[in-house]
Amino acid sequence: MNPVAATNRRALTTPPAPISPYPYNPGSLLSVLNLTVEGVSHLLWRATELESEDPILRDHSLAKRRIALLFYESSTRTRTSFELACKALGADTTLVSNLSSSIEKGESLKDTGLTLRALGAEAIILRHSYSGAAWLLEEATRLPVINAGDGMHEHPTQALLDLRTILAHLRPGIDKVDEQTLSGITVTIVGDILHSRVARSNMLLLPRLGVRVLLCGPKELLPEQAARSGPGIEIERDFDAALAQSQVVMMLRIQAERLAGLQLDLDEYKAAYQLTGQRLAAHAPRAVVLHPGPIIRGMEITAGVADGVQSAILEQVTNGLAIRMAVMERALLASEGGRA
Amino acid sequence: MTALAICGGRLVDPASGVDAPKDVLLKDGRVAEVAGPGKLKGKNGAEILDATGLIVAPGLIDIHVHLREPGQAYKETIASGTAAAAAGGFTSVAAMPNTNPVNDSPETTRWMQAPERGAQVRVFPIAAATRGSKGETLTDFAALKAAGAVAVTDDGKPILKDSVMRETLAAAARVGLTVIQHAEDTRLTQGASMNLGPVSFKLGLRGMPAEAESSVVERDIRLVSELREQHPHLHVAHLSTAAGLAAVRQARRNGMRVTCEVAPHHFLLTEEHVGLYNAHAKMNPPLRSAVDRDAMIEGILDGVVDAIATDHAPHAQHEKEIEFDLAPNGITGLETALGLCLRWLHGEWKMPLGRVLSLLSAQPAALLGLKGRGTLAVGSFADAVVFDPKIEWSYKATESMSKAKNTPFDGWAMQGKVRWTVSEGRVAYAGELCAASS
Repeated sequence: MNPVAATNRRALTTPPAPISPYPYNPGSLLSVLNLTVEGVSHLLWRATELESEDPILRDHSLAKRRIALLFYESSTRTRTSFELACKALGADTTLVSNLSSSIEKGESLKDTGLTLRALGAEAIILRHSYSGAAWLLEEATRLPVINAGDGMHEHPTQALLDLRTILAHLRPGIDKVDEQTLSGITVTIVGDILHSRVARSNMLLLPRLGVRVLLCGPKELLPEQAARSGPGIEIERDFDAALAQSQVVMMLRIQAERLAGLQLDLDEYKAAYQLTGQRLAAHAPRAVVLHPGPIIRGMEITAGVADGVQSAILEQVTNGLAIRMAVMERALLASEGGRA
Repeated sequence: MTALAICGGRLVDPASGVDAPKDVLLKDGRVAEVAGPGKLKGKNGAEILDATGLIVAPGLIDIHVHLREPGQAYKETIASGTAAAAAGGFTSVAAMPNTNPVNDSPETTRWMQAPERGAQVRVFPIAAATRGSKGETLTDFAALKAAGAVAVTDDGKPILKDSVMRETLAAAARVGLTVIQHAEDTRLTQGASMNLGPVSFKLGLRGMPAEAESSVVERDIRLVSELREQHPHLHVAHLSTAAGLAAVRQARRNGMRVTCEVAPHHFLLTEEHVGLYNAHAKMNPPLRSAVDRDAMIEGILDGVVDAIATDHAPHAQHEKEIEFDLAPNGITGLETALGLCLRWLHGEWKMPLGRVLSLLSAQPAALLGLKGRGTLAVGSFADAVVFDPKIEWSYKATESMSKAKNTPFDGWAMQGKVRWTVSEGRVAYAGELCAASS
């Protein structure tokens, strides 16, 4: 009765998935995938240049340009870092937080974005608790939108500053990166991968420079499908085995605010995945230890390791400032180019 | 009432086994005569609809729509929703009870069918199975049926308690009503906004596992099997997973009265169509994997699927322009169903035209026991759609007759354009005379 055999049917044409219209604005940084490797290389170079530039001269690069920081989640380092980066380039910044604005009265993200644009904002830095919020804001405002963390999805500037930190340790002195720059390097990302935007941005960025990314964590926090997010990503659930192969280990916080009812035995978790001095000495005595913060001492990482000689946690924070200067410069200059 | 004669067309009426050039005379809301070209005896004085080169078919029947009235007229009204239905070739729609208040009473059921609502086509209310769709106390099925309800369901709020679902199936069987289940174990879908899989991981969204659907389908089938003596009829709404379909297939083999419907978006789109947080690709059940989508196509082609239903779910524009997690579920579907089915099921996948039309009319009518619908046999209701099968056109959401524009099919190529939709002998929709073929 049926004219089409089951085997043939799968070969039949089906409607293609949509082509992404994003980013609408060339200055936007919504995802690390918005950047080519060449673009990453350029940003790293600009970060170094801007960092060493005379602060008085640097102050003119974005003098009096208006940048809004729109924060729907609490933040210490990301917010301060972006704010200082903008100010270091001479821009005027204003902070809008969900707790002291019309957002509390029920204003939508779209309307808040349009309001900021009407007030003269030329770029918006957005931190939001829902995945995809930056895409919504960009579509609504068409301004350069910098994703400073959207839910469990991405945190592109964090991945860039992590890359800068890794390069400083493993490839000191180079001022250009390409697809092979980090060939032979293994970076292990450990812990709550499922809820981590830092993990997603890193696993999408680092393999494009040659890194092999190992994801490590329990099934509840690291589903099998994570390995299918892109090329160069593998899962290794044995922390010690992962450490033994790694030149870099990136620890993640258990995100209590996103567990959504997930039951986790924290003692068991610590036994399997806490980065201790002993574990580090036994399996990766030379590895660079990273953590995007905030760190919970005694949970995913011991105080000794966090403060130890292998830790680059505070360097990451410093690198964030340089990277964000470069990102904000790109945001406003690229969008000018786009308008011309 | 004036008589209408649809002349010169090719009549495709799968319920009567007719696929031939025929003229059809509609009189007093009924089909009065079907005859060979130029052979109608009683067409004197009738208004003539020239269907030369066109297909004449029974008016389409959508057994799963949300018309939003009472209570959410800003999204859609019975008048605007049925105008969209008419534009899409539908002459009957079955309206879900998740209104405000929930349609759990004969009063609301009658209110929805009252002439004051301005319906352009026939509205068949589906009533809530439990009071307030809270899944606890059954409504009065006999009274609801007497008021015009054609089935019971707690659509959107699946009945999870075994005891309540068993009672619902038994009570509905006693009065001869179908129980429609939105199969979703909501305990497995808390906070989730799309299908669980590699795409949800990549997007950082919580996912709904396929098991949330299939486990409820399987549970319901087990209950139907236990109540076999009472002959309950379970209808699975908007089936979306390969496992759910397999369960229905097996139940049918075992002789149970279990039917199912599939929505066009579930046989055309996959989770990949969510793209970067496109809220017009957010619905419940969500767009699934390619394997699931292929299973839906297979189930339609091999006959396990009993009906195509759109799950037309209109929302105001501002409601969809928010964070993906917060956006409401659902898309419109009444104006795109025929064009998509003709384009893909018939055009690409070579399903015979009669079978495609049957899934959109005769079978859904049979499924809900809508007597005199879904066929153009003499004596049945004068519900017809006349369309040009050759016209390819592009759907524009902004031109929709629905109040809502939330569709993932904006700009999609459609095959076949509705020329007239006739509801009980009255022209409910007249399309452009000759749209340019593009």
